[in-house]
Amino acid sequence: MENITFKLDGRICTAEKGLNLIEAAKQNGIFIPTLCHFKHLNPLGSCRVCTVNLNGRSVAGCTIQVQEGMDIEVNTIELLDTRKAILEMMFVEGNHFCPSCEKSGDCQMQNLGYETGIRFTRFPHLFVDRLVDARPERIVINQNRCIKCKRCIEEVKTADGYNVFSFTERGNSTKVSIDYKQEAKLSEIEAERAMQICPTGSILVKGKTFSKPFGDRQFDLGPEGKLFSLDKIKKHRTKNKKKRIATTSLAGCFGCHMSMLDIDLGLLDLLEVVEFNKSPLTDLKNFTEHCDIGLIEGGCCNTNNIEVLREFRKHCDILVSVGECAIWGGLPAIRNTFPLEECLREAYLESMTSEEGATIIPNHEDIPKILNKVYSNHEVVKIDYHIPGCPPNANHIWNVVKHILFEEEYSIAYPEFKYD
Amino acid sequence: MERIHLLNKLWEYQHQFGYISKKAISEISILLNVSAIEIESVISFYHFFQKNPTGKHTIYLSNNIISELKGFAEVKTAFEKETGCTFNELGNEEFSLFETSCIGLNDQSPAALINFQPFADLTPKKVSLIIQKIRNGENVINFASKVKSKIHFIPTNNKAVIFKPYEIGTSIKEGLKYTPQQIIDKISKSKLLGCGGAFFEVGYKWQSCKNNEADAKYIICNADEGEPGTFKDRALLQHLPGLVIEGMILAGYATGAREGIFYLRAEYQFLLKELEQQIKQFHDKNLLGKNIQEIEGFNFEIRIQLGGGSYVCGAASALIESLEGRRGEPPVRTWSATKYGFKNKPTVVNNVETLAYASRIIELGEDFFLTIGTPKSPGTKLISISGDVAKPGIYEIEYGTTIGDLLSIEMSQATSPYLVQVSGPSGECLNTTEFNRKICKEDILCGGSFMVFNRNRDILQILRNFMEFFKEESCGVCTPCRAGNFILTEKVKKIQRGLCTQEDLDEIQQWGNIIKLSSRCGLGKASPNALIMATEKFKDYFNVKIAPNNGNQNVEFDMENAIYEFDSLIKDTQL
Ligand SMILES: Cc1cc2nc3c(=O)[nH]c(=O)nc-3n(C[C@H](O)[C@H](O)[C@H](O)COP(=O)(O)O)c2cc1C
Ligand code: SF4
Ligand code: SF4
Ligand code: SF4
Ligand code: FES
Repeated sequence: MENITFKLDGRICTAEKGLNLIEAAKQNGIFIPTLCHFKHLNPLGSCRVCTVNLNGRSVAGCTIQVQEGMDIEVNTIELLDTRKAILEMMFVEGNHFCPSCEKSGDCQMQNLGYETGIRFTRFPHLFVDRLVDARPERIVINQNRCIKCKRCIEEVKTADGYNVFSFTERGNSTKVSIDYKQEAKLSEIEAERAMQICPTGSILVKGKTFSKPFGDRQFDLGPEGKLFSLDKIKKHRTKNKKKRIATTSLAGCFGCHMSMLDIDLGLLDLLEVVEFNKSPLTDLKNFTEHCDIGLIEGGCCNTNNIEVLREFRKHCDILVSVGECAIWGGLPAIRNTFPLEECLREAYLESMTSEEGATIIPNHEDIPKILNKVYSNHEVVKIDYHIPGCPPNANHIWNVVKHILFEEEYSIAYPEFKYD
Repeated sequence: MERIHLLNKLWEYQHQFGYISKKAISEISILLNVSAIEIESVISFYHFFQKNPTGKHTIYLSNNIISELKGFAEVKTAFEKETGCTFNELGNEEFSLFETSCIGLNDQSPAALINFQPFADLTPKKVSLIIQKIRNGENVINFASKVKSKIHFIPTNNKAVIFKPYEIGTSIKEGLKYTPQQIIDKISKSKLLGCGGAFFEVGYKWQSCKNNEADAKYIICNADEGEPGTFKDRALLQHLPGLVIEGMILAGYATGAREGIFYLRAEYQFLLKELEQQIKQFHDKNLLGKNIQEIEGFNFEIRIQLGGGSYVCGAASALIESLEGRRGEPPVRTWSATKYGFKNKPTVVNNVETLAYASRIIELGEDFFLTIGTPKSPGTKLISISGDVAKPGIYEIEYGTTIGDLLSIEMSQATSPYLVQVSGPSGECLNTTEFNRKICKEDILCGGSFMVFNRNRDILQILRNFMEFFKEESCGVCTPCRAGNFILTEKVKKIQRGLCTQEDLDEIQQWGNIIKLSSRCGLGKASPNALIMATEKFKDYFNVKIAPNNGNQNVEFDMENAIYEFDSLIKDTQL
């Protein structure tokens, strides 16, 4: 075996000639994120989260075989941001409701979201209605979560050599389709292997999901000691002796508020230094004073949510979106892939329990109007910070709050940074 | 059956039955010994293969931007009214209507393909006549439009290269006086640049194919001309097909290839018959076939492969995938095609126009060629001009001609030009301060598409059309292009709705650059070009769109749009 030397971010490294860059970088202590890359497969080069610069040109890292003298950049500001953006594209392109996903905690895409510290996506979610196909014998394929990495297409074959999966359509309609006849030939073990190969939750085997409890899943704990710094967050100075906080729940489930209470006795310490103004915790319905921080749970699904949110923006110096619903719509946004009319008809006019002609869609000047879709808060007002999670970990919430209000630095531990 | 014949097989079914049924898919999959989903995967990739039955007449109306500006909407409505069908749905027994990307008839738009016969310069009245004729049982072949493009300009002072008298076999007979290496040396010396958009040096490509030893080599003529706004390849194939064929034969002679393949875009299949006749003529004259011109062992055959409707298949690597009977996904490239190309053999892929130039250079001599044009890009170039000009059509111009010349009264006669899109949506957009720029390697190159927009045109409409094109034509294999172009399209739509902030324009730049940086192939890498450039070069236009900052921290939010659906639903459902 011949060893060669090459440069990674300016550092001289050595590896076996022709070795895949991802592997070579790992041997030299540099992590390059990957999703479609899979041990023994030919490079697929489809997801692009491994984008690096090779001699000044951007290339998918997983397609590079290291050669003598290569000059490779991995962690420039631009590349770090590009890789993060590509992951964000995956989140907005599909419909990733992690809290209700069977793969959550074992999902490689979700884990990369954690690794790269994605709190919210810079892109608006696309909310395209995508197919969930449960017709195959053993497998359920959920297009909402597929990132078109092609692993299944290249890797899953029947014993007699036929492809089971294939792309169909093209452009943004590209999807992984399954050959029912070939799928039926797969053994239980082969089907489960397909599920494992898939880096997301889009290939599932009937009856084989949700097997691991929280805490035991592959990415629940993560690398020991990994911390997320609270970067890009404004510190806030105020002359008030007691800092004032307001909270509200818009289109949410109050789960985030429950989580806020979850620091148990810590709450008493907190009350020494902060006071709550308008909030379900105090039952104050209106702002009585200007506040330092507003914590918003839930997104906007009706006209009242919009009003309340704008009111918060007016009365709070710093606004924080707390939880997935506030950040991008979350579970209520499951309806966003359907027209509003269909949802309301289903709920009020054509449901099993509604008598024909006897029910109407509720409508009165005193009740808010339902919006055409659920909006994330940052589509309506400027949001200063986002705390992911469904619900977010209590420590995460209060560390952010303390970071904003007091001079000390806080960080978030890996297990506290979650989407579910 | 070999996999490379898959596209032809699919066309057989498509032409015979109007669609490719489940049963057909299953039959083909057995023939190829692959799973049915693999066949379906190929069918659904190409725009012109239908999985559901279509009417006796399929109508594909081009939705490219020039068409949009010249009456697309009215023509579309007329088709729907006359046929009783809706676009992009199944249609009825008699008709099926579809929209399609640029069909290479921009100088005569709006235009449509009816059973793949061209119908140009459409108006609602014309549509009504056409449908009437069809209903009367007339065959569309008999009254299709003659779409041969006008050649409006040829350089004077004996500087024309392409459009001058042509006699079949002249370049080949001249070329066969030299050794293969001498041919390549002549082409290299002429500095001929590829005309398909990448402007790669032709001599270098041929040399590298020649140097790679193999038992088989291929010459592929890229006639996939898919960049919206270009139609010069079609014009060449109509005016001087022989010149292109001679270029292929010479390339074969020079590199040692024995087979040439025309990859003809499906939109141009109305040219098929004539091309086949040409090829036959070459055979009759011993310019194709065995022992060409009595040169022992110099055999060369040409066949035509029809595409299936996909822009990305114009990219050489995707084209080869398509030739091999697969989806046109540009593969992860580790080798150039001149080493491992079609069937893993050394392959030259050249554009139609490039091959025509190669013939002329051999015929007229590289020294003559070098006296024309600029030092880095000698010779002439074919430009297809369309849009707001009095004389849309083909222009053979000397390299070094300015944009302003092209727009002038002597040439295309543009009316108050405001934005010029050079090289199509993947190319560059120019504003009025740049009309002194020269078309040449030293300044700005033009692949062939040259679209002119006047002051009254809405830039956002143009950009939206471009973005929808890329969104539709992305092969879908890599994230930034597949998702990114969708996201950018949504962004343009948002700005069109009047919700534009400076942040939106900044994001167009940032997001566009991410797509450019990380996409896998040239399509994605070029797709945000027009959008990025337009926001830089037309600041006056965009500044007016930016909503004034109202001082508070609310984001532009369209409340009216957000409650519109609810309000109208309530109106409809009250008891
Ligand atoms: C997305 C994309 C589309 C392309 N379409 C065409 C095309 O329609 N015709 C063409 O000749 N070249 C096209 N090209 C360029 C080809 O990849 C290739 O460079 C060209 O055919 C080589 O021939 P040339 O050197 O003679 O220009 C395209 C490239 C890309 C990336
Ligand atoms: S766990 Fe993974 S696949 Fe499931 S919704 Fe979250 S990101 Fe998507
Ligand atoms: S189903 Fe899974 S493995 Fe297959 S392409 Fe989608 S994400 Fe990749
Ligand atoms: S850039 Fe677009 S066309 Fe090219 S490989 Fe990626 S998805 Fe396909
Ligand atoms: S890991 Fe390299 S492109 Fe997906």
